Amino acid sequence: MSSRDAILGRIRRSLGASGSDATRLAAVRHRLAETPVNVVPARGQLPSSERVDLFVRKAGEVFASVARLEGREDIPGAVVSYLRDRNLPQEIRRGDDRRLADLPWEREAQLAVTTGPSDGSDLVGLSHSDAGVAETGTVVLTSGTDNPTTLNFLPDHHIVVVDASTVAGDYETVWAELRRRFGAGVMPRTVNLVTGPSRSADIEETLLLGAHGPRSLHILVVG
Amino acid sequence: MSGGLTSQSFPKNARAALANPPLLKAIAHIEETLVGGRRRATEALPEFKALRDAGRDIKAHALDHLDLYLEAFERKVVEAGGFVHWAADAADANRIILDICRKAGAQRVTKGKSMITEEVGLNAFLQENGIAPVETDLGEYIIQLRGETPSHIIAPAVHVNKEQVAADFRRAHADLDPKRNLEEPTSLLAEARGVLRERFLSADVGITGANFLVAETGSTVIVTNEGNGDLTQILPKTHIVLASIEKVVPTLEDVATIMRLLARSATGQEMSVYTTFSTGPRRTGDPDGPEAFHVVLLDNGRSAMLGSEFEDMLRCIRCGACINHCPVYRSIGGHAYGSVYPGPMGSVLTPSLQGLEKSAHLANASTLCGRCESVCPMRIPLPKMLRHWREKEFERHLTPKKARFGLAAWRFLAARPRLYGLATRLGAWGLARLAGRDGSLRQAPLAGSWTRWRDLPAPEGGTFRTEWAKRGRK
Repeated sequence: MSSRDAILGRIRRSLGASGSDATRLAAVRHRLAETPVNVVPARGQLPSSERVDLFVRKAGEVFASVARLEGREDIPGAVVSYLRDRNLPQEIRRGDDRRLADLPWEREAQLAVTTGPSDGSDLVGLSHSDAGVAETGTVVLTSGTDNPTTLNFLPDHHIVVVDASTVAGDYETVWAELRRRFGAGVMPRTVNLVTGPSRSADIEETLLLGAHGPRSLHILVVG
Repeated sequence: MSGGLTSQSFPKNARAALANPPLLKAIAHIEETLVGGRRRATEALPEFKALRDAGRDIKAHALDHLDLYLEAFERKVVEAGGFVHWAADAADANRIILDICRKAGAQRVTKGKSMITEEVGLNAFLQENGIAPVETDLGEYIIQLRGETPSHIIAPAVHVNKEQVAADFRRAHADLDPKRNLEEPTSLLAEARGVLRERFLSADVGITGANFLVAETGSTVIVTNEGNGDLTQILPKTHIVLASIEKVVPTLEDVATIMRLLARSATGQEMSVYTTFSTGPRRTGDPDGPEAFHVVLLDNGRSAMLGSEFEDMLRCIRCGACINHCPVYRSIGGHAYGSVYPGPMGSVLTPSLQGLEKSAHLANASTLCGRCESVCPMRIPLPKMLRHWREKEFERHLTPKKARFGLAAWRFLAARPRLYGLATRLGAWGLARLAGRDGSLRQAPLAGSWTRWRDLPAPEGGTFRTEWAKRGRK
C-alpha cells in the first residue's frame, strides 16, 4: 500500500469515518464552493475615505512610510522625491505592469528606470499592488508575467503603488476580488501580503528593521 | 533534532538551567516583549474572543474531514503543476526530500524557519548524505552556527545573548575583517544579511514549512517577519514544502480568521510582515519563482491522535503563547525540556510523537496553573491533556516508585474515611509539633525535595474535616 493510502486509511479509522460518506463529502464540497465568511472585525468596515485613512494610519504603525498622491501622473515625481530625500541614486527597477509602464516617466529625465526581475543588485524596486487592506495596513501583491516577486524582496527599498479605490476593509474582500480575477479556487503562483518593512527580533528580542527583505517600505496611495 | 532528545533527563536539565544566570536573564525579556505584546494586541481587537471561537471551530471541522480536505488540497496542487508526496514518518519525509534534492542536482540548499524539519531531523539527515542546508531565519542561523536546537518555537535563539552571537559570527565568518565592530544587534543583523544574501542567490533548492495548507486553492502559506522564507522559496529552481497533515484548512476565509489570531498571540503584532501564498511552480511567462514545486505531507503520529483524548492538540497553530505564559518555561527555558517542542504544547505533543516512555517527565513539568489554556488562541485544553498523560504514565508504571507508593497509600486511606480522619489529625498534630517558633518547617518527613528549596508552613488548628464538622454544627 502506498504511504498516501496508508495515511488516509489511518485518518479514516481514527475518525471512524468513510471517504465515500455522502454527508461528509457534501459538507466539504459546500464549504469549498460557498467559502463562508467567519468573524470579520468591525474596524475596517468604514466609508471609503475613512477606510483609506485607516489604511494609511495602520501602515504607519508598522513603520511603512506613506505619501498620498492626487493622480497616477504624480507617481514618477513622488518616486524622484523619495530617492532624493533619502540620498539614493535616481535608479529604480519595476515590472512591465501597464499600470506602471503607462506613467509619464519622461517627465523625470534624471531617473533611470529598468524593468524585469531583480538579481539582487537593485537598491530600489517599484511594484503596483492589487489591493490594500485597511484593517492592518497591508498591501497585496500578486506575481505574474509583468510582476516579478523578486522586486518585493531583494531591493533595499520597496516602493508600492496602491490605488485608493482598491483599499479594502478586510482580507475577505481581497479574496473575493482574487476569485473574480483568476477564477474560483485559482491563485497566481505567489500572493504576498506585506505589512511593513522586513524585521527581526531574534537578537535579544530587540526589534530591528531590514532583516532579509527591504529595509524600508514606501507606499504611494493614489486618489 | 531527533538525535539530541533528552526529555528523560528533564529534572537534571531543569536544575542546570536554574543555575545558568545568562539563560535566565535572556528569557526574562519575554514578559515585556511577547507577553506584553500579546496583551496589548488582543485588547485592541474587540472581536478577539469571537475569533478564537471561530478559529477553534474551523480547525475542528477541518480535522473531522481531514482525509477529504487533504485529497482536495492534493488535487489543487497537482492542477497548479506541483507534486504532492505523502510521508508516514520522519524517515519517509527525509528520504523523499533527499531524493528531490538529488534529482535536482542540488549542491546548495537554503531553509526557511520550520519546526517540522526540526521534528524529523532533516538537517542532520541531509548532512549525513552530503548536502549541507543553510538556515536563513536569523535566530535559526545563529543556533545552527552554535550546533544547538531551537529553545522556543518562534524565537529559536531566545536563550542566546548578543555577545555570544558576536563570538559565533567571528568564528563562522572568518574571512571578514577581524577588527569589525559587532557590539550592537544592528551590526550583527547587517552582517547576517550580507552573508545570507549570497546563500539565497546561489541556492539550488529552497525548503520551507507551512503555517497553512489551503484545500480550496492548493496553496501553502508561510508567515514570517524577516523575508527569508520568501527569498528561500522564490530564488532557487526547486521549492520544497514540508508540512504536517493537520495544517490543512478549507478556504482563504479560514486562513484570514486564523491569521488574525496567529501574530497577535505570537508576537503581539496585528499581522506578521510577510504572509505569502505559494501555489504550484512559476507560470508560463513568469519572470521569476521556482520551476518545480513539491509538497511533502507528514503524518508522524498525528493520524493516531485523531479521535483520541489528544485530538484537540491538532488544532495548534504554533504561536507559542502557551510557552510564553508558562511559569515553568519562564523559569528554565526551552532546552531543559529536551524535546523539539518545549513548554505546555510540547509536553502534550511530544509523548504522542516520540512515545511516553521517552518523555514521561514532561507532563509533570507543569503546575497546571491553566495560564496556557487561557491564552491559547485555538482554545486547546492543555492542562486537561497534561493530566491525561499523567494518568497514562501511572497506568504504564512509568511513575517513580516513591510517588506510586505515596499515591497508593493515599488511595488506601481515602477509601477509609475514619482512618483518613485519624491519619490527617495525627499528621497535622505531628507537623505542628515539629515546626519552629515561626510556624514553619525547615525539614519535613517524606518531603525532603520540597524543604530543600523552601520552608513548609506547619498546619495551624485542626484538619479541614474537623473544621468543617465544627462549623456545620453551628
